[in-house]
Amino acid sequence: MPMRKTFLEGLLRRPATERPPPLDDPELAELGRKLDAAARQRLGRSLAIREVDAGSCNGCELEIHALNNAFHDLERFGVHFVASPRHADVLFVTGPVTKNMREALERTWRATPDPKWVVAVGDCAIDGGLFAGSYACVGGVSAVVPVDLHIRGCPPTPTQLIKGLLTLLQAP
Amino acid sequence: MTGTVTHHRPWPRRMVDMAGWERAAERLAAGQGTLLALWGEPDCVHMAILDEGASASPGIEVLSLACPDGRFPSVGRVHAAAIRLERTMRDLFGLDPVGLPDTRPWLDHGRWGVAAPLSAVPRPGQEESSAYPFLPVEGEDLHEVPVGPVHAGIIEPGHFRFTCDGETVVRLEERLGYVHKGTESLMRGADLDRAARLAARTSGDSTVAYGIAFARAVEAALGLEPPPRAVWLRALMAELERLANHLGDFGAICNDASFVLMLAHCAMLRERVLRTAMACFGHRLMMDRVVPGGVACDLDAQGVAALRALLAEIGKRFPPLVNLYDNTASLLDRTVTTGIVKPELARRFGAGGHVGRAAGRAFDSRRALGGYPPYDSLRFEVPVLEEGDVNARVWIRIREIEQSLALVAQILDTLPDGPVRVPLSPATGETREGMALAEAFRGDVFVWLRLDAEGRIARCHLRDPSWFQWPLLEAAIEDNIIADFPLCNKSFNCSYSGHDL
Repeated sequence: MPMRKTFLEGLLRRPATERPPPLDDPELAELGRKLDAAARQRLGRSLAIREVDAGSCNGCELEIHALNNAFHDLERFGVHFVASPRHADVLFVTGPVTKNMREALERTWRATPDPKWVVAVGDCAIDGGLFAGSYACVGGVSAVVPVDLHIRGCPPTPTQLIKGLLTLLQAP
Repeated sequence: MTGTVTHHRPWPRRMVDMAGWERAAERLAAGQGTLLALWGEPDCVHMAILDEGASASPGIEVLSLACPDGRFPSVGRVHAAAIRLERTMRDLFGLDPVGLPDTRPWLDHGRWGVAAPLSAVPRPGQEESSAYPFLPVEGEDLHEVPVGPVHAGIIEPGHFRFTCDGETVVRLEERLGYVHKGTESLMRGADLDRAARLAARTSGDSTVAYGIAFARAVEAALGLEPPPRAVWLRALMAELERLANHLGDFGAICNDASFVLMLAHCAMLRERVLRTAMACFGHRLMMDRVVPGGVACDLDAQGVAALRALLAEIGKRFPPLVNLYDNTASLLDRTVTTGIVKPELARRFGAGGHVGRAAGRAFDSRRALGGYPPYDSLRFEVPVLEEGDVNARVWIRIREIEQSLALVAQILDTLPDGPVRVPLSPATGETREGMALAEAFRGDVFVWLRLDAEGRIARCHLRDPSWFQWPLLEAAIEDNIIADFPLCNKSFNCSYSGHDL
């Protein structure tokens, strides 16, 4: 009974997803439209992302998760997260790369088929950030695997992440 | 050398001898008091014991034992909750807990290039050994399922080694430490600004709670009171953080029982909380907003209006979701009687947050021992259940969401005016020590620190609530089917980063 009510309400209410262009976030809509065109041009209809936490504080993961909520709904642009690196075009790597995660990151990268892109997400992933110089950190994703794009932020907001994806897709 | 240490606030720290240390361990083993924290220094070990009123003088006491030769009597020998903490003290400080039943490395995976990095004289790292000796399991028809460190979802890394009989898990063994960043080594010598930023990144989902615990420990050490408005704004941010996390978890737990609808709705409510936090405080997770001496932001009239609108929105949208949860038999079929934590185990391990409160342990640091401001002047209930299953952990979150909504409303109604920050003079010319507890959404965060004469961090220990919850997950999954592990794991939602440090 509550289930039916919820579904009915869903039918009667306006969709939660901020339609491109959403009323309260013109910047995101702009990005969404551009991402859609560029993604299709480069990769057909889809871009598959595998996320690898290489020592983050989990702040970046929270914001990457938010890309999947109904407001951002990343999948409508053809971009989605996959469970295995073997299904991925892009690795999203967060954290200062702890020495204890180095091998797992290398193996994940090797398991990702070519052509592939690596995005270093968050300030830690760029050069170790606040954790640079620790005995336990390599300090930056590019010290371990080649990086195509850095997205700054501590953590980057979902809008910054979408902006970053767009930059990746528009590279020559 | 025994006696009370000067300049340790707000609870006393006492030097004990070997016999005193052993007596304390025996008391913990007998269930008298709860182990709050156990941490090392190059030539000394400390433990914080919570006494909630069994004795004549309820409170927290820190006991310290000098161990110039690096050896001390193991607490884990008689009290299992201490075992991983002591394995960590071995890894980081090279200390030797005599009698420790499990001497395998814990955070040290043999990859740092250095051994005992926090000891007085770190040694070169030992030969890298990739073979971690998991506990042996013997029996016909058993098979092992290794999972991680890289998991299928967008989550933190860790390794789970399942031994199964058919679909049934007969043992889960966790291996953690993958996201060990060496935070406590970076703390040494850091000024308060940098140290506060490090503390705020112990576990990103609890950044406000860590900010509060760290700031209160500094303020205790310096004998400083933050302004009332700052104290209230801290609580406001802490309750928003609790709301965001509990809403996210409620949806994610249901999602792991294939009830995607709940995730979709809860993720929207969570997003609304984060957007409101951004509008009010300039950061979606409210990172670095709590600082020693107060808060680094203020709330204006527009922010108050945004928060009231948020409360109205969640107040309208959330009850139907609770109703939906409570009336969906297929969902309850997955959560009821799944992943049971026995109350006795929760008590012995001192498990906090929804893990403890779903299994009869009522401890909440906002309330315990008189609570900390401003909670001592706010009305709220601490929900407690006895069943200890996934369903109970869901209901604790539901009730806490309701309580946090009410708390935010109360705070907005009574928020005092005035300054939000006082300047610090941390260089006191002497050594000062402080400690604090703060209630994160997953349980009590403990921070202990020592400031040197110049006001820099000499030692800072950060203990995440996950330390006393991760071991219980191993117990909770036993005799459940392996397919229910994601559900159990999400219902705990322990922090990897907070634990690995």
